[in-house]
Amino acid sequence: MRYIDPHAHMVSRTTDDYEKMALAGCRALTEPAFWAGYDRCSAEGFRDYFNQLTSIEPARARTYGIHHFTWLCINPKEAEDVGFAREVMQVIPEFLSRDNVLGIGEIGLNKNSKNELRILEEHLEIAAQQQSLVLVHTPHLEDKQKGTRLIMEAVRNQPSIDPGRVLIDHVEEHTVKEVLDGGFWGGMTLYPDTKCTAKRAADILETCGTERLWMNSACDWGPSNPLSVPTAALELRARGHHPEAIDHVIFKNPMAFLRQAPAFAQRAEDIDVGHLPE
Amino acid sequence: MNRLDTNQPRSQVIDRDFLEHRAKLIDLAAFLDRCERAEGTDDFRLKALRAAIPLLIDGQSERARRVLESFSDPSSEPIPQAPGKGASGAWGGPS
Ligand SMILES: [Zn+2]
Repeated sequence: MRYIDPHAHMVSRTTDDYEKMALAGCRALTEPAFWAGYDRCSAEGFRDYFNQLTSIEPARARTYGIHHFTWLCINPKEAEDVGFAREVMQVIPEFLSRDNVLGIGEIGLNKNSKNELRILEEHLEIAAQQQSLVLVHTPHLEDKQKGTRLIMEAVRNQPSIDPGRVLIDHVEEHTVKEVLDGGFWGGMTLYPDTKCTAKRAADILETCGTERLWMNSACDWGPSNPLSVPTAALELRARGHHPEAIDHVIFKNPMAFLRQAPAFAQRAEDIDVGHLPE
Repeated sequence: MNRLDTNQPRSQVIDRDFLEHRAKLIDLAAFLDRCERAEGTDDFRLKALRAAIPLLIDGQSERARRVLESFSDPSSEPIPQAPGKGASGAWGGPS
């Protein structure tokens, strides 16, 4: 089995996790910038974080033969302070040309507030100017459906951004159809208590089809499992699905979306055939 | 559309998943008993949970989607200010 985990916060994981993921067949992973569990007190803290995402983590991943890519932004949980968020956003362009950067992410909404929405729109402007891919975080629990709709509207208000270059993550049964019908890609996050379980993700694939959908672990410092993508593959196999169909979902789909980013396209062939990162 | 068609017979789905979901149902029953043994009244979360239970046995399909919707904020305008960072799992009405 080979797979890509397109959403994994490896800065919060141990080296053992890299090894387990490699053993399970992980060829590449992508790491969106996110909330550290506390608010950083300066934009310089983000500069350090962006350095970690663009130099330290790729080196750790390389040790286990995994290609590492990243996405940059200030996450919606720290976007309520608009002045601070703008300071951080000024730092982003200097990192966008680094060789593992795929685009802007994970931007989005958390509590669906006006300030969060303003910062989302400003991130989308950067993505439009840079013609970069976008990875979107949708709100948790009771805020998800409303937030997903507000996010899709914000993207539509940027006509230069093609929905086919935007992945809306953490979809569940009440948001997945609207996301796919809007021409966006959808990500299913496999978590033990919130978001999707492996079984529900398999149900969604059986009922909504496999086009423009991927699965990720979103493993971070909270309850999460870095092996949740291969675990879901096992669930699909136990249901009798063909290995080729499973490969389509856990490898070819993320390849198809991600190779729209030049940084990924450059290494897509290597990832496809299983060459190790240089 | 590229589908992963369900090709398991119902008996196989039941064989694989029955015990897991039987346990979850008993957990839910025990949780409601535990809440009722405890002093106090239902809050908006417990009310939302009780309101979602009938959706399981109303004979309609897409139960997961409808349960998720029953817990969701139905409004459509952004709120003036984020009250904090967390989510509670059920909508408590307009803040
Ligand atoms: Zn994340």
